Amino acid sequence: MPPQRSSVRVRVHPLGDTALVAELGSRLDTALNTRAIALAAALQKRRDVRRAMAGHGMVTVQFDPEQVSLDALTAAIRRLATRRPPVEEPGRLHRIPVVYDGPDLEEVARKRGLTPSEVVDIHVRPIYRVFLVGFVPGWAYMGPLADELVLPRRATPRTQVPAGSVAIAGQETGIYPLVSPGGWHLIGRTSVRLFLPDSDPPSLFRTGDRVKFFALTG
Amino acid sequence: MMPALRVIAPGLLTTVQDAGRPHAIASGVPPGGAMDRFAHAAGNMLVANDRGAASLECTLRGPHLEAERSCLVAITGADLEPRVNGAQAPMWTAVELHAGDVLTFAGRRSGARAYLAVAGGVVADRWLGSMSTNLMVGRGGMHGRALIQGDIIMVGEAASRAAPERALPDDMRPTYGDHALHALAGPHAARLLPESRQSLFAAQFQVSPDSNRMGYRLEGALLEAPGDELLSFGLIAGAVQLPSGGKPILLMADHQTAGGYPVVAVVASASIPIAAQLAPGDELRFVETTVERALEMRASQREALDSLTT
Repeated sequence: MPPQRSSVRVRVHPLGDTALVAELGSRLDTALNTRAIALAAALQKRRDVRRAMAGHGMVTVQFDPEQVSLDALTAAIRRLATRRPPVEEPGRLHRIPVVYDGPDLEEVARKRGLTPSEVVDIHVRPIYRVFLVGFVPGWAYMGPLADELVLPRRATPRTQVPAGSVAIAGQETGIYPLVSPGGWHLIGRTSVRLFLPDSDPPSLFRTGDRVKFFALTG
Repeated sequence: MMPALRVIAPGLLTTVQDAGRPHAIASGVPPGGAMDRFAHAAGNMLVANDRGAASLECTLRGPHLEAERSCLVAITGADLEPRVNGAQAPMWTAVELHAGDVLTFAGRRSGARAYLAVAGGVVADRWLGSMSTNLMVGRGGMHGRALIQGDIIMVGEAASRAAPERALPDDMRPTYGDHALHALAGPHAARLLPESRQSLFAAQFQVSPDSNRMGYRLEGALLEAPGDELLSFGLIAGAVQLPSGGKPILLMADHQTAGGYPVVAVVASASIPIAAQLAPGDELRFVETTVERALEMRASQREALDSLTT
């Protein structure tokens, strides 16, 4: 069999004079995320690339414009993106205990025509993928969330969300690592620490990891 | 490592900063580092340090410091009226302090952030490869916090080639009075409604009081960039995000590492030092530029720094 060429097309957007965003796709999709991680890893090996960070179907690349032009790097990205990504090793699996007593659990259930315990059952069912670690230290965007739980963000974000809050919004779920403002729906809490400032790397999760929640009773 | 300076009064917000921790973004930790990398690097080079050595970033109202021993320092960036024993001290110039000399800052003439480089480099807590202070998580620099009265600033061994009176020539010093930031259209600029796009590159914006090292919230024209919600992606300093409320946010050194708001513009790398010298209440405008022009500006800054190489 001839080597398979990918049909993934990459769109490259300049991000100022020293960075760009390579967009493999804009959907929440595990295969796209796998490709983004592989592309970031390949780019990070280049001497003219300072940092390449994968997130969802995108790779944000900071480069050294004294070493490579935007056009030359764009051409290199197009070549790299057509490569079949290596067979992905399954990301590390984390099991996260959750007490499902969040202040928005009832409202989420009501808005989706479910009971609170059905919301919990649906939330614990999948093994989620970490699509991106970022935003604040230790935060991970995970998904995809079951369609039955998809809701837009809260109209008014909370000014202070407690650390450890387990939350959902759109097609994703996440855990607030630190006390911070937040607009996601809070359905539970965990005592697992996601941001470990005295470890290196200081985040429990890495992009590509897998996460399984399980319910603890009160 | 030896004590160099004692903090008599800390100023408004004085922190230890170096070139930051760029690799920490993989864990969601802001890259941090000096806001004005040009002034930071120039200060270090004037006292024969590595460009990325740690120095003090002094915000708006500078500290009062007493020299514990003779040391060579350079003050760059914002002109906060530095004085040694009451007499005006030159900016962008290596100055010898003797034991007992007092360095003070009398006021704000221009800019927002002055850098105090000390020969040998400031030595402080290293976290994730950098001595930069991250105030949000309380790590790096002076125990993860701003300086307080009584702190002792430690420095490393000074290079023997460090010499007083070296200066950055006048014509190479940035002018912080001009608040025009050169910027390129961002990846989502096409979402902007025509009048919003026009405002972005023509209107005056004001840096809101709710601004800090993470980013500047900008008051002024409300901009509209309708479209589907985006999945989050990696961000850089200089990105201008547009949340749904229509008030842009200019991301700075301690920026969030990822976000899902449209990025409508990105400030040219050579203009970020100018942005770093803005304070709440200051006005700014974005001037649309090209990659070619941005790279020219970047090259001339690099030449100015290279002229300081011994």
